[in-house]
Amino acid sequence: MTDLILFVTLMLLGYGFGQWAEKRHYRSIREREKKLRGQVLLIQSRFPPSVNGGQKTELVTGSVVVSVDYFKRFLAGLRNLFGGRVKSYESLVDRARREAILRMQERARQLGADRVVNLKLETSSIYKGKRQTIGSIEVLAYGTAIVPVAAGA
Amino acid sequence: MLISNLEIVPGHRIVRHLGLVQGSTVRAKHVGRDIMAGLKNIFGGELKGYTELLQESRDEALARMQAQADAIGANAVLNVRFSTSSVAQGAAELFAYGTAVVLEGER
Repeated sequence: MTDLILFVTLMLLGYGFGQWAEKRHYRSIREREKKLRGQVLLIQSRFPPSVNGGQKTELVTGSVVVSVDYFKRFLAGLRNLFGGRVKSYESLVDRARREAILRMQERARQLGADRVVNLKLETSSIYKGKRQTIGSIEVLAYGTAIVPVAAGA
Repeated sequence: MLISNLEIVPGHRIVRHLGLVQGSTVRAKHVGRDIMAGLKNIFGGELKGYTELLQESRDEALARMQAQADAIGANAVLNVRFSTSSVAQGAAELFAYGTAVVLEGER
């Protein structure tokens, strides 16, 4: 009986706080993406574009570790029985990637860069909860920030 | 020392290639942070403690790679890659590797 009460409490807490935290996170991601749009270009190419004038390069990274809530983990567990898209994890991975890229862009912005080339992303699951379910993931975004140097400087 | 994940650097010429350099570190998580992480596993959200921990470890791995490059007389490491893997329950390895080179040209 106590087990059941605990389970229901955890589910409700996970659902309530998880939804709230996710909405808040998405709102902040959207705002920051809007602010950074056009300021720091992301370029996938492996080679820097040839530009006249001096430029400096610097390695920039951004990383984040996010965890899924109890409710969503339970949903994903159910999914394992039936198969199909695991929507509750899709939003987790999406949030983590966008956050990591944003942090990298913010770092590049601080350095005065106008673009980041050779963007690479790496994802790994770092915390395995009970029953080997994935608890949280880490996403690392890294690339080379190109800082234009004014002629004569 | 210049560290970059590009293969060529604008305005510089690679005059010598010195081979692969690497740096790695294995970190275990921390009990205090683990308790917080346990809570976050119920509520969801960012695990700030872990983000910091991994960032620190990655800097450490980069520093070790840089030390190795220094020792063989390189002045830059190009084409740097990061990799993460969990080696045991609760411990993660952070690994950085790249190509040590000697660059020439205006800085």
